[in-house]
Amino acid sequence: MTRYFTDEHEWIEVNGNEAVVGITDYAQSQLGDIVFVEIPAVGTNVTKGGDAAVVESVKAASDVYAPVSGTVTTGNDALNDDPSLVNSDPEGEGWFFRLTLEDPSQLDGLMDAAAYKAFVAAL
Amino acid sequence: MTLNQSGWRPEMGGAAQAEAATYTGNRALMLEEALIFELGDCQTTGVDIAPAPKVASRLGGLERTRDIGLPGLSEPETVRHYTRLSRQNYAIDLGLFPLGSCTMKHNPRLNEKVARMPGFADVHPLQPQATVQGALAVIDELAHWLITLTGMKAVAMSPKAGAHGELCGILAIKAALEARGEDRPVILVPESAHGTNPATAAFAGFRVESIPATPEGRVDFAALTARLGPDVAAVMITNPNTCGLFERDLKRISDAVHAAGGYVYCDGANFNAIVGRVRPGDLGVDAMHINLHKTFSTPHGGGGPGSGPVVLSEALAPFAPIPHVVRHADGHFHLVEEETAGAELPNSFGRMTAFHGQMGMYTRALSYILSHGADGLRQVAEDAVLNANYVLRQLEGVLDAPFAGSGPCMHEALFSDANLAEGFSTLDIAKGLIDEGYHPMTVYFPLVVHGAMLIEPTETESKAALDQFIGALRSVALRAKQGDPALKSAPHFAPRRRLDETLAARRPVLVWSPPALAEAAE
Repeated sequence: MTRYFTDEHEWIEVNGNEAVVGITDYAQSQLGDIVFVEIPAVGTNVTKGGDAAVVESVKAASDVYAPVSGTVTTGNDALNDDPSLVNSDPEGEGWFFRLTLEDPSQLDGLMDAAAYKAFVAAL
Repeated sequence: MTLNQSGWRPEMGGAAQAEAATYTGNRALMLEEALIFELGDCQTTGVDIAPAPKVASRLGGLERTRDIGLPGLSEPETVRHYTRLSRQNYAIDLGLFPLGSCTMKHNPRLNEKVARMPGFADVHPLQPQATVQGALAVIDELAHWLITLTGMKAVAMSPKAGAHGELCGILAIKAALEARGEDRPVILVPESAHGTNPATAAFAGFRVESIPATPEGRVDFAALTARLGPDVAAVMITNPNTCGLFERDLKRISDAVHAAGGYVYCDGANFNAIVGRVRPGDLGVDAMHINLHKTFSTPHGGGGPGSGPVVLSEALAPFAPIPHVVRHADGHFHLVEEETAGAELPNSFGRMTAFHGQMGMYTRALSYILSHGADGLRQVAEDAVLNANYVLRQLEGVLDAPFAGSGPCMHEALFSDANLAEGFSTLDIAKGLIDEGYHPMTVYFPLVVHGAMLIEPTETESKAALDQFIGALRSVALRAKQGDPALKSAPHFAPRRRLDETLAARRPVLVWSPPALAEAAE
């Protein structure tokens, strides 16, 4: 299992042809209290860099982009009842959706944990 | 003599009066009011109506069998309830209302007098046109003013508010593209535009692409022109924009968009800053809505009613919606509606509203325009800009003003939360202003500025009123910079203390239920 990060503050953990997507701890700290998460429906085809989910804080809504292209296989329904999971455990229980990868080579341009940490430190 | 011992011995009392509690929870005229469901009772009623006679139901079993569950109150109980609640509200008639982007200016009482004249107030939209010639004349006269002030070709009067006007303009653009036989699926919206713009474009079926703002808070001309092409239907630009800045490049932008075959939609919600000074038609705008309830002072807030007529260029005028008022040479008016649209407005994209628009707003706006005159309207814009710049320059030394170096602001001044003490935010300043007796400014919008505070003082505030507001905001801002812990728990003097906005959004309770049931549901 390998975890990658995007410069739009999504993380993706890849296991073979499957992956889990969420937003980073830095992202949740910038957004503040999350009050609503819109998860893509199962079967949705998402495109690398395209809109995949929406996350709302009290004062603003933000788009979450797909780190890679693929088909959504599961959404994290727990976020419907308790969107605060994104704040309390963004890179664990607060995951957004699972997908099957369309083209694993799209992972090549993403950052690893060390590179993302340096990226955030420079912001 | 007679010893009339009244017992009156005035004393001023001692200390500790501030701690005094009351039986009712009221504090003199600050009244603690219960919810209407808690005041009334489903077993009481304010009106005695005889029980309905028993008849055979013809509803096929669909009739309600349970109680309706509405509280019963007498007329005085009802009047007192709402009057008491209204005393806890803030209003433009109580004080300066600095809500940026909303143009909360004084509504002249003359407008109200005119709108209440029975000839205008009591007409019905289905009356024969011959009996409402005066009302049609008001619509036509107002249309003439709007066309003249904007330098455009035509105006669609019926849209009911700003976003409805945006939809009208975008539907006209869509109809024009269809008439040209072109499929252009994309609308470009700069970051400095109003938030309703991308929503309108998406609602009308277009794909929205964002254009970045420059560091000085205006549209990035190079980025915008680089994106133009045969797939771009239109650009939606807010001018003055929502950073309170005039889009100086609008004419260049319009020329580039037109050269690429697209149209220019201008969000004219902030027209109050330029009315009488700038004609959007001269800047190449194809469609623009005008918020009568902002620029022309018709009352708004609390959900309406608004009115958002849309002025159209020569290119879009043929596609205007119906109904449309036509003035004849002999002085009488008629409405172009479905029956005659085929002959009189054959390319109209159709109807957006059941009737003719917000008549009460038309009479108020025309009253405002005629009582100000052309020179008065120009002074409205000048004073609105002058007041906003006074606020900006008086406060830029205390609060961070990210675009203070971008030249004068227009009708509103924008500040950020930079330079506040650790742990202090825009929200604390807003809550502190409540204790100072003001409605807070617009906060956390626009998104291009972190912790935005957007202040629109409007032209109807005197220098004395501005100075008091500036003094109050400066005092609160200094407390936020110095880290005054009391500010973190403001407001202290409002009917309710700081509310948990996160919990309210995560677990909204939208329907009242009796406390016992509410507890059981926990």
